[in-house]
Parts: sequence; structure tokens; C-alpha cells
Amino acid sequence: MGSYFIRRIGFIIITLILASIIIFSITQFLPGDVAQVILGQFATETAIANLREELGLNEPLHMQYLNWAGNFIQGDWGNSLVSRMPVRPIVTQRLVNSAMLAGLALLIYVPLGIVLGVIAALKRDRLPDQMITGVSMAFVGLPEFVSGLLLISFLAIGAGWFPANSSIDPDSTFFQSLPYLILPAITVSLTGLGYVARMTRSGTIDVLRSDYVRAAELKGLPGSQVLTRHVLRNSLLPTVTIVAMGIGWLLGGLIVTEAVYGYPGLGRLLVYGIQRQDLPIIQAGSMIVVAVYSLSNLAADIIYGMLNPRIRVD
Amino acid sequence: MSDNGAVLDVKNVTVTYETDKGPLHTVRNVSLKIAPGEIYGLVGESGSGKTTLARAVVRYLPANGKITSGSIKLSDTDLYQLPREEVRKIWGSRVTMVHQDPNASINPSMLIGDQIAEMARIHLGMNKKQARDRAIEMLTRVRMPDPESVAKRYAHQLSGGMLQRVLIATAMSTNPEFMIMDEPTTALDVTTEAVILDLIHELMADYNTAILFITHNLGVVARLCDKIGVLYAGEIMEEGSIDEVFKKRLHPYTRGLLGCVPRVDASKKDISLSSIPGYIPRPDDLPDGCIFAPRCELVEDACEKERPPLKEIAENHFSACRRVDQLQEKIERKDELREHHEEELGDIVLEARNIKKYFPFTPGIGSLFGSKKAELKAVDDISVRMRSSFTMGIVGESGCGKTTLARCIAGIEEATSGEIELQGKLLAYSVKKRPHDTLKKIQMVFQNPDASLNPQHPAGDSVARPLILLRDMSRKEVREKVKELFKAVSLPEDYIKRLPHELSGGEKQRVAIARAFAADPALMICDEPISSLDVSVQASLMNLLTELQDSAGTSYLFISHDLSAVRHISDWIAVVYLGRLWEIGSAEDVFIPPYHPYTEALLSAIPIPDPEVKQDRIRLKGSVPSPLNIPSGCRFHTRCPRKYGKICEKEEPPWQDMEDGHRICCHIPLEELRELQGDGLLKKSSAGGGS
Repeated sequence: MGSYFIRRIGFIIITLILASIIIFSITQFLPGDVAQVILGQFATETAIANLREELGLNEPLHMQYLNWAGNFIQGDWGNSLVSRMPVRPIVTQRLVNSAMLAGLALLIYVPLGIVLGVIAALKRDRLPDQMITGVSMAFVGLPEFVSGLLLISFLAIGAGWFPANSSIDPDSTFFQSLPYLILPAITVSLTGLGYVARMTRSGTIDVLRSDYVRAAELKGLPGSQVLTRHVLRNSLLPTVTIVAMGIGWLLGGLIVTEAVYGYPGLGRLLVYGIQRQDLPIIQAGSMIVVAVYSLSNLAADIIYGMLNPRIRVD
Repeated sequence: MSDNGAVLDVKNVTVTYETDKGPLHTVRNVSLKIAPGEIYGLVGESGSGKTTLARAVVRYLPANGKITSGSIKLSDTDLYQLPREEVRKIWGSRVTMVHQDPNASINPSMLIGDQIAEMARIHLGMNKKQARDRAIEMLTRVRMPDPESVAKRYAHQLSGGMLQRVLIATAMSTNPEFMIMDEPTTALDVTTEAVILDLIHELMADYNTAILFITHNLGVVARLCDKIGVLYAGEIMEEGSIDEVFKKRLHPYTRGLLGCVPRVDASKKDISLSSIPGYIPRPDDLPDGCIFAPRCELVEDACEKERPPLKEIAENHFSACRRVDQLQEKIERKDELREHHEEELGDIVLEARNIKKYFPFTPGIGSLFGSKKAELKAVDDISVRMRSSFTMGIVGESGCGKTTLARCIAGIEEATSGEIELQGKLLAYSVKKRPHDTLKKIQMVFQNPDASLNPQHPAGDSVARPLILLRDMSRKEVREKVKELFKAVSLPEDYIKRLPHELSGGEKQRVAIARAFAADPALMICDEPISSLDVSVQASLMNLLTELQDSAGTSYLFISHDLSAVRHISDWIAVVYLGRLWEIGSAEDVFIPPYHPYTEALLSAIPIPDPEVKQDRIRLKGSVPSPLNIPSGCRFHTRCPRKYGKICEKEEPPWQDMEDGHRICCHIPLEELRELQGDGLLKKSSAGGGS
């Protein structure tokens, strides 16, 4: 396990380096000149030239990359080209917001998806399975702006249980934000639930068919023990992978949901940065998303290893 | 105990599956009784209903399966009437099961000890600690080396033989009245199989369990069981004590099955194997009269009119054949003798010299930093030479390098060093670098025809591929040639259009053989081509290969772990262990002492379907060592039952030559081996001298 763990971390470092090169290169190809963007349309040629010199834009590309990467590692993520504010507090604030939403959504859809998936597998091809599979598929297919708007009109405007707008105050704590988080969390859960339930269902069906489950039944174990001791541990392996991929999606990819609720998450920050060509925001935001993806996959691998001794013991 | 003292008393059981096409009566009217301490061998080909019967007996049928009539008694308990929840309490406590594939039957993510302890916890009311001790005690009982550490390991860390011991330990831990063993040794090597059969035999002396032993291997039944029941298409054809049934064979099906098994004392030069024509009927398509009539040699009109019941012919010997009297008259085995060809030495087809195949192996973090290179020596200096129209059999346990050697010769695997010469021309290691005209000269037939035929392509297309690719034939020529090839492998012409899933296992393998012959090869590599098939199909395929060799002059490199099959089909046999050759010689010579101690162990492990043959019990300890860590000196010394002394650990043994090119690589002088091994296997056989 030790060497496996170290190897995985090695791969993550390589992934991050490659990602940083790609992110840096892409931002170089965005149209427009950085100095021009900063100084605006009416800046003089000399002012632009001076600023280019100051920003190091005249140096060769690989030096620019190394400077940027070096600063990034040391915590200097640059200033926003638009607001002139340091990027790091902005991005971390948004990361915290996204993490709160992601955490709540995961708490809702992972346990629920697993339970529904296992029930569907146990009642395979019978009514409960058909209902679970059908409904979860429908939710996966339902666009978030539709499900979001429906939730707002029924639960927020209609019933008045939750606020319709989730643009929370940056200073508020998790518990203060909680009521604002519930509707967006339900919205993304509807999508995530289907994936988890389906993955759990097919994993569980495979394991239920296996020889060792047959052997466990013929040992005379009660059904509940066959399920908990022999089935789940093996059948949840594919679910772990799907959940880890979901974490990356929740943190960086919730553009629509965040927009529907006006929620200040990382996804919306990235869109905002791209619209305004705010390079430091794009770079820092993308790097954070890549890092979160890698770390959640690492976490998945570790959990995978704990569930599966063929990987753990070596 | 029930009134007659039987632990299991099954009467007139019929099992029916509800399917889309209507009810299928898969097992019909079967009765059997097993006494305490008795091992009942249930044999039959695949599709005969063995497993269905076993599962019905313990009420473990799928939702669409049902016992539609009969009674099942376990001692005093009426299993048939018992409510579902009560049945579950009997599973594991009074009835246990040892499953076929030990690898798949053990939970990969649960400690071995816990899986055994489960039984004691649930059925014997033990607490965790007691149950754990019980698990270790059971592991000790099944002679597991180092039981305490095995209990703390996972399935993937144990070999197949050890896993089968674990399953046996689990099944025995509640001291059940009745146990089902469903092909428990089929997935194992012959040597391991022999050890496990010995173990079951020994354990039976301590326990009084009644055992239903399901197998397709008549040799295993002869070695282990007290009684035998021959199941065919869901009905028992013959039943009786082992000695009676094997000696008298009062049903043509039993006779047919035994005739299919190759003999260790005769080869293709002397006899053709008898095979049973046709196929086992499906349960929805049974003949009106005797269900075996369409495949029976003794069939007469009356057989096809009425189904004969199972009748007691002699005391406790039952047969369902109308013509038992005729069978009783001629008991001797009828082998079709083959004409002896005067052998001429053919040209040399293949000369492989000093073939080595090392796989780089870097464990753990090393792969990231490229440190500490280890090498897995799969094939370590093997040379073979083959002439035309000649078969070289290669035998050895799994993991000994047989398949790697074959793949190196075929070029699928690139050899690390050595020379491969085909018809005098040196070949490149990789098949990609070999010229077109040599490609067609080496063809392969693989073990699993399901995986080697494209499921989307009709059988004829698969056979046509090499004709188009390697022989540049026109479309018309191809069509003619495909027809010709299908005829050569005795498949009807309309099979050309069929998809693989419409063919049986044996038919698929015939297509694979036809495809190999389509290229008109000089050398055909057969990697366990018959291992996954039923005995009767094996026999017909071996006959087919022999006929094709006679007409086409092709040479075969025949790899198998089944020594009787290798003995039958091969001219020469090479014995391989841990990547090296240890003995090579003509098939007759290799089976007669003096032989290498490893060969001796392999031979003594062959399950011979004749209870009168008493084989020496030479068993190998443990499993093949890892080719990453090859023992010093003679690599066989760690397991050698005839280890000669310190010299075996220190020095590599020399080759010792005998007459006719028979060679043995061993420190023990030939004279001494001859003395130790006596007359060997053949002379003790009462099956009659081969030729």
C-alpha cells in the first residue's frame, strides 16, 4: 500500500505539471493583448510597451511560464486584470463556497443513490427496479435549468420553504448559508443520483451473480449478512470511482446550477473570468479544479485499495 | 437416520425449468441413496443435468426451477416439504458444498480465516474468538501449511490447490451429514488434483459425511468414489459400486464414455479412440424410446419404441438398457486397432534451439524510477526439433512455461534469445517481422474456441480469412476450399453460414482446426485444444487431428496438462518444469521407467479410469515456485520426491542419454532410477497390454 500510495502521488504531481503547461499555453492563445486589456482601449503605445516590460511579457514563453508557475506555487496567484484585487482570496472564497455546495450534494445523493441502486439490484427486473431505474434516468436527462426553475417555483416561491436566490454573503458561516444551499444541492443531486444508483445497481448485480455469493448463501448465512459481508464491499467499487469523478464536476462544472440560483461558486467565477479575459483568474481557477480532480481521484484510489485487497496488499 | 440408513435418500425427483418455450424437464425421475461415509460419484457430460440435480437436492434452484415430483430426505428431515427459511438453516450446518472454481468461490475482499469462521459463528454458536480458532483448526485438518498465516491472507495470495483446501475446510467445519462436491478438482493441475483427492480420501476416514461427488472425469471417480451413477440427459443410465460398473459396464453409454478416455498404454499408432457419435439431446427434444438410442451402437427397433426403466441387474447394480444380456456377453473393451504405418523419418520442420523468454518484472515503486530489475524466466533454454508428420507433446504443470514456449515459436511472443528455424530458414522472433510465406506455415489452435472465433463472423468466414490473406485465392477457389475444409473436419456444409454461438464447443473447435488447416501449415501449435471439452468430444477431436495429420503431413506441437491425451496423440513427449526441459523421448519410452522424478510424479497423478490399477503414490509438495526466484542447482529439488542429496541443491543436473534419443536431466544415475521406479505404471495396469 505504501509504495502504491507514493506512486499515486507521483502521478498527481506529473498531472499537475502537465495541466499547468496546458492551462498556461491556452491562456496565451486567447485573443487580445494582456497589457491592452489592462490599460483599456485608449492607452498609448508607450504605456503599453512599459507595462509589457513590467509584466515580463517580452521574455521568452518558457521563462514566462516558469515565473508564473514559481509564483503560483509560492502562493502569489497575481492580481485580477479587471478588479486589480489579488486573485488568491477570490478563488479560495469561491472554492469554499463550491465545497459547501458539493459536500451537501454528496451527502444527499451518494447514500441515497447507493440504497436505491442496491434495492434495484436485489429486485432486479421487477417493479421497484423499473421505477428506480426509470425515475433516475429521467432526472439525469432533465437539464439543471429546468429542474432548478421547477424547484424554485414550487419550493421557494410556491411553498416558501427555501430562499429562491442563493447569492450568499461571503462572510457567512456554513450554517448561516445552509438554507440557501438546499435547493441548489437538490438540483445537482437529481443528476448525480442517477449515475450513482445505476453504477451501484450494475456493480451489485455482477456481484450477486458471482460464485462466492452463491457460496455464502449455501453457507446458510441470512440474506442480510450475505449482503453486508459479501456483496456490498465488492459491489461498491465502481461506485467509488463515479463518486470521485462527481467531486470534480461539483467543484468546477456547476455553471448552470450556480447561474440559476446566483450562487457564487467556482464554476461561475471561471465563466466570468473567461468572458472578461481575466487571465490570472482563469489560470488559478483552472489549476484549482485540476488539483481537486486529482485529489478526489487519489482519494477514490485509496478507498478502492481499502475495499480491494488485491491492490492493497503487495 | 431414515429407515434404510441412508443420509440422503432421493426418490423419483423431476426438476422442471419454466422457460419462454415452455417447461423443460431437465432432470427426470432420478433416485439415489448415499450412506454415511460413502462417496457417490455422479458422472456425465455437460448438459446431462448433474449440477441441476445437485442443486435440486439441496433446494438451491433458480427462481424458474422447481422440483415437480419426488421426495428428498436428509436423514429424518423431509427436505422437499421444508419451508424456505428452514432450508437455509440446513445449508451450512447439515449440508455443505465444495464448489468447482475455488478462485471464484472465495470472496476476494475478505480474509480467508473470517470466511471459514463464518460457518462456526452461525451454525455452532461460537463467538468471534472461538470461531477464529475453529477456522485455524480446520485449516490444520486439511493439512494447510502455516494455517495461522493463511487465515490472515486473501484469496489472491493463495494458489488454486490451497484455495480448494480452504473450501474443503469451510465445508467440513460444521461436520455436516451430507456434502456436495461439484467438480472440485477440475480447475486444478493433475498433480494438485491428486493431492486434493488424497486429502478428501483421508478426511473421509475421520468424518462420517455422505458425499455426492460430481465430475466428468471417470478417472477421478475410479480413484475416489465407492459408488457411481452415470447421468445422461437428466436420467440415470447405470448405477452401482465402482468395481461392478467399471468392470461390467452394463450400459452402452458407460461403455462409450470409457472408450473415449485415452489409455496410458496405447497411442494413436495402435488404436483410434472410440467416440460417441451425435450429441446429448436437449430436454425439450428427447427421443421417444431410450434417450440414448440415437447414439447407441446396439440400438434395435424396440429401443426406439419404449423407454427402458432403470432395472437391478445384479445386486445393487442398475442399468437402463434393454440389451443388458448382450452387454454382459462381451465385456472386453473394443478398440479399433489401427494399421501400423511403417515409419519413415520425415524432413525436419522445426528446429528451435536454446529458446529463452525473460519478462522484465519491476515491482512496486521501482516502475516509476526504473530501479531494481528482476526477470521472470518463463522459458529458460529449451530446444526442440520436429520432423514432418510428427507430434511433439509438451507436458507440465500450469506456470511451467509450456504456453510461452509455444507463443515464442509462433512469434506471438518475442523470444529473448535462441534460434527458431522453420524448414531450414531462420525466423524472426516477432510474427510481425516474419515474411508472408512463413506465416502460413505455422498456425495455432487455442484452448478456448469461444474466444478465438469472432462472434460476429459466420464460421465459414473465419475459415476463409487465411485463404484470402495468406494464400491469395480467388473468391471461387475460396468457396470451394472452405467446403472442402468443412468436410475434412466432418462438419456439415450448412454450418459454413452459422455464427459461433450456434455451434457447440466441439464444433467450434473443429472450425478453429479447419481455419488452422486452411493456411496449409507445416507446423500446427495446439495449446490445450481439447481441455475444455467433454470426453466424447475430446476423443473425436483427437481422432480428427490424427486423420488430418495422416493425410496432410502436418506436424503438431501439442500442449496439454492431460497426460493420457498427450500419450495418445504424441510421437514424442517433452516434460517441462520451470522453463526447462527435464525429459524428452518417444511417447512409449517416457511412460516407462527410468523416467525423471518429475515425470514420475506427473504419471502417478493421472487419474486412470480403472479401479484395479494401483498407482504408486508419488505426490509433489506445494506448488511450482515463482519463475522470478528459481531454486539453485536442479530447479526441481525443492519438490523432488527422490532428492538425491546436497548435489541437487548445488549443481545443475547433467543430461543422461538412453537408447533412441530418450534423455533425462537428473543427478540420479539411470541404473538407480530404474531400480527405484521398478516396473512403473504400465506393467501394473490390468487394462491389458496395448500392443
